[in-house]
Amino acid sequence: MVLVLGSQFAGCRLNSNETQSTTTTTTDPRPLTEAEMISRIIAGERELFYDLIKPCERAVFLTAFSVLKSEADAEEVVQEAALKAYKALGSFRGEAKFSTWLVKITLNEARMRLRRSRAESEVSLEEFVDDGDSDYTPAVLTDWREIPSEALERKELRALLRRGLDELPEKYREVLISRDVRELNIEETAQLLGISIGMVKTRLFRARLMIQKIVAPELRAQGKKYTRG
Amino acid sequence: MVLDCKHVWREISNYIDGVLDPSVRASMEEHLAHCRHCAAVLDSTHNILYLIADERTFTLPAGFSERLHARLESELEKSEPASR
Repeated sequence: MVLVLGSQFAGCRLNSNETQSTTTTTTDPRPLTEAEMISRIIAGERELFYDLIKPCERAVFLTAFSVLKSEADAEEVVQEAALKAYKALGSFRGEAKFSTWLVKITLNEARMRLRRSRAESEVSLEEFVDDGDSDYTPAVLTDWREIPSEALERKELRALLRRGLDELPEKYREVLISRDVRELNIEETAQLLGISIGMVKTRLFRARLMIQKIVAPELRAQGKKYTRG
Repeated sequence: MVLDCKHVWREISNYIDGVLDPSVRASMEEHLAHCRHCAAVLDSTHNILYLIADERTFTLPAGFSERLHARLESELEKSEPASR
């Protein structure tokens, strides 16, 4: 029996917001590679699966949330996706990173759940938001007083930003969360969402102007409160 | 190249990502230096993106990891991963 000392390994695609640590064993202090962990999980060391997915938790949660807008639904989808990944681990060929594979499974699960819920309710107006060449205008302000990140200690500011994201149509929210919250690059975002690089740029431009239009006027109106800290 | 405000708005995202052609970038900067409306649009967009990227804006729900672990623990006992 191998004792798992660390809680993680160094395999997940991480950004500054997505933490990382390493898994070692009593006999070998070297961190396990992703391939080694997967082989050992398949061979029966089930507990290593927790370590495999731990560094990906934030990424998969954000991915599910970007589609579903509900923390509770996103959490359920993450659990389903993790189980699915476990059962299909033998088919993982290692051509992509495990995290990329898990995020993709999560995205598919979330989209399927959204389709099911839409089928049960009215057709969403989002379906009719096209990628045509309509104009997207920002909130035109005369000036802007920077909101420092320390202001995020205020719950209402975090709620305002999240509300801004909630108001975006799904396809724009997915791109914005992948690119600006998870900080994937444009190519990675295109690959994950199954769209072209040009489409990522177009949706990103619209998503960024939309969230500016939704959030900036209120932020500006409350600016003094936020800048005072 | 002289850009109007609408053109500047269309390029703000690419400007933030640093993927603009140098001549377009120079024209944008020329416009931004003289148009306080567009400068405020750029500054506010940039500021909002900076804030939403902060990990405090999106934290995992309390107990998320524990519930995931518990669900996996109860389900994994019933199944094995498909072998290669």
